[in-house]
Amino acid sequence: MSPSVPLQEMIRAIRSARTQCEERGVIQRECAAIRAQFRQADNGGRSHNLAKLLYVHMLGYPAHFGQMECVRMIASPRYSEKRVGYLGAMMLLDEKQDASLLITNSIKNDLSHSNQYVQSLALCTLACMGSAEMCRDLAPEIDRLLRASNSYIKKKAALCAVHIVRKVHDLGELFAPAARSLLAEKNHGVLHGAVVLITELCERNPETLERFRKTVPDLVQIMKGLVISGYSPEHDVAGISDPFLQVRILRLLRILGRNNEAASDAMNDLLAQVATNTDSTKTVGNAVLYETVLTVLDIKSESGLRVLAVNILGRFLLNNDRNIRYIAMTSLQRIVGTDHNAVQRHRGTIVDCLKDQDASVKRRALELSLALVSATNIRSMMKELLLFLSSCPLELRAQAASGIFNAAERYAPSQRWHIDTILHVLTTAGGDVRDETVPNLIQLITNTSELHCYTVHKLYRALLSDISQQSLVQVACWCIGEYGDLLLRGECQETEPVQVTEDDVLDALETVLQSHMSAPATRGFALTATMKLSTRITDNVDRIRSIVSIYGSCIDVELQQRAVEYNALFKKYDHMRAAVLERMPVIEKNSPGHTNGESTREAVKEVQPAKVKQAETLLPQQPASQVCDLLDLLGGSEEPLQPNPAVGSTLPVLPVSTSSTAGGDLLDLLGGLEPTPLTPAPTVTVYEKGGVTLTLSSEKQSDSGLTVTLTACNSTDSDISSFTLQAAVPKSVQLHMKAPSGDSLPARGAAKVTQMVALSNPNKVNLKMRIRISYTSQGSAFQDTVQVDSFPEH
Amino acid sequence: MMRFLLLFSRQGKLRLQKWFTPIPEREKKKIIREMTTMVLARQPRSCNFLHWKDLKIIYKRYASLYFCLAIENHENELLALEVIHRYVELLDKYFGNVCELDIIFNFEKAYFILDEFLLGGEIQETSKQIVNRCIESSDMLQERW
Repeated sequence: MSPSVPLQEMIRAIRSARTQCEERGVIQRECAAIRAQFRQADNGGRSHNLAKLLYVHMLGYPAHFGQMECVRMIASPRYSEKRVGYLGAMMLLDEKQDASLLITNSIKNDLSHSNQYVQSLALCTLACMGSAEMCRDLAPEIDRLLRASNSYIKKKAALCAVHIVRKVHDLGELFAPAARSLLAEKNHGVLHGAVVLITELCERNPETLERFRKTVPDLVQIMKGLVISGYSPEHDVAGISDPFLQVRILRLLRILGRNNEAASDAMNDLLAQVATNTDSTKTVGNAVLYETVLTVLDIKSESGLRVLAVNILGRFLLNNDRNIRYIAMTSLQRIVGTDHNAVQRHRGTIVDCLKDQDASVKRRALELSLALVSATNIRSMMKELLLFLSSCPLELRAQAASGIFNAAERYAPSQRWHIDTILHVLTTAGGDVRDETVPNLIQLITNTSELHCYTVHKLYRALLSDISQQSLVQVACWCIGEYGDLLLRGECQETEPVQVTEDDVLDALETVLQSHMSAPATRGFALTATMKLSTRITDNVDRIRSIVSIYGSCIDVELQQRAVEYNALFKKYDHMRAAVLERMPVIEKNSPGHTNGESTREAVKEVQPAKVKQAETLLPQQPASQVCDLLDLLGGSEEPLQPNPAVGSTLPVLPVSTSSTAGGDLLDLLGGLEPTPLTPAPTVTVYEKGGVTLTLSSEKQSDSGLTVTLTACNSTDSDISSFTLQAAVPKSVQLHMKAPSGDSLPARGAAKVTQMVALSNPNKVNLKMRIRISYTSQGSAFQDTVQVDSFPEH
Repeated sequence: MMRFLLLFSRQGKLRLQKWFTPIPEREKKKIIREMTTMVLARQPRSCNFLHWKDLKIIYKRYASLYFCLAIENHENELLALEVIHRYVELLDKYFGNVCELDIIFNFEKAYFILDEFLLGGEIQETSKQIVNRCIESSDMLQERW
């Protein structure tokens, strides 16, 4: 067949261009020439021109002006022009182009052409780029060709039908009968096309699937013929007779046998035969074996066959060919849920594959290894996984780290092991772990109180060696802050203690604070830890004080805020410092994936926002209510005003902390306490009738000033509303009633109403007060008066 | 089903592209770029299978050409390797010791051969001899007509 000279010359010219610019020039000239040729009337070189254009198109240059030429060429009576025309249509036209509709008629005509090669062109083009309309239009024609033509056309028609069914699902019904009859053909090409068509029909329509189940015996027959038959030169590939057809039949059998006992039984013998007889030295044989294994595992096969299948996969795992190992692991991954024990037998080989050079194999090995971790093999598996983590490619690190964490959480044999494992991961791959790791680890550490000493020692050592891994540094700072005293004590049972001085520890924390590698959140951790140490160490408190005051003018707002508050803790509230910086209580775990902060944050937020610096607090519920009461100053707290250990203590922060209005409120809170002495105020019950109790407490503000707080409580079973108090005092005393906290008293003392009254007694007369109580209960109004003659004073 | 077949040189120059689903031109260019980058970056003795989006990419290098075939997830990868090999054998038989230059200068023939072997993303003919015979007959027809 003589090559197209003009085409070859052009290609040579383009290839000899030395620069991109030169090439563009040549192509522009050629395209201009081609366009000119297209405009001319019919000449002998039309196919050459179009071929040239297609070459240019392949290089990436625009060629849309050739679309109409394709349409014209397809309509030409000459085969040579049709051939190139159809090729052009497949390359330049797709169903989205308008011009594609124009060739529908040509295709229709060519489908009934007398010459089979012309028919083949039409079929090929239809199967390649036929749109839904074209498919609907030409479907009956295809069906006709499926039934009555030679095998060359039949096989193409079958695949054309597949394309039609993919485009227009409803037309599947049209082709089902023809497909059925095609199974009787001897020609492999037709047979292959028929199997593909039936597969497509069955996958789309469950009813069709039911009908085609009856073909299982026929398929088994055909398959047997292929497997047992001797050498057939037409279809032999390395000793396997037509592996392409075998694989397709196996796939169809898989679909037909799924969830169906009868069909699965019918193919049992055949599958066993294929599995044992197929030569597995070459890729071809392995391809067939692979498909067999997939089929066996997917249908309702008997257990012996399943074992055979898994064993084949085991053999694949040991194969020298990397591709085969990869395939084996992919398949084992699919069945690790259902046939777990069978896969466990090959655990050793799988773990070895972690060390393979190839990234794809490594990925599969990692997934499979993580799936195989169990309580019995956790220690040895973890060793391998940690080894893998230190040398694995970057894209797998996050997956490996999170997989290791999950496995450790589920199967940790001891808490110390668990902590060690997490620390190991943080040291090796700290940058790739998820955000929740830090609070999770801290929560784990607080829960294992017996290992606090051990943990802080390990973390301190880790901190000394490397401060670049943020998660690790954050946890280390937190621990040193909390358990610094254990570190300084210099004795530890679990590990060799390190002799460290207070200066050393503060040095370490300061290094973190000042390092440019530390993220803002990490520095926050370090600052808080430094502050906490002020109550755990004895000698260097001044150093801490100076550190804290320096950061009071830090540019980072979060750090500055903290430093200012800590400063305040040193200066004005030194008496509270010890209690504020006490050991954290054990953190309860709410639920996996939730930080504890969520629930308590709601509770705290209800009252006033702030006082705890980070957005998410890890307070247990109890202190939260104390905080509420502490804030409820107007309520004239009956409880002693103890400083809340949780208030002001810093907690592990997640990078997503919203900066609260903490600072101001905290100071306000402490400011509110100032005038009030910390000794409890005595209260006197002045009235008790009908379930309503009124208590009174007073505080001396100044020489002549007194603040009286009245608290009312309702112990009946019904709510009280419109509760008001009125007070009268002797003439010389001035009285100022502040707004009451409310006017309704819910039943059974659920809430109280408080009212503050400011009294001024400059003449220092004997203080008496008459109080009128009025309220509504159960629809009726009540009123009562009580006289108070003596006020508790102190 | 096969989604596309690409042939490109070691320098990333495209020599053949066959798409079995309709894809806009711009998307095609993007895919070609991604494929060439991915495949050319692979180490010499690595696995021939890659994952890309929801497809499996099977690639094999023959002399200076990379054959890159994208198949759907449920297809048999080992068989895809055989498909690539079969196509190379067909080209070899037709051109007689095929090399990259043959495919450059006779690209339309390469397409014709491919169209006799694969159709609509599926294998059309499993016999080498039949495919060769058909190509020869078509060529003779082109001569005459």
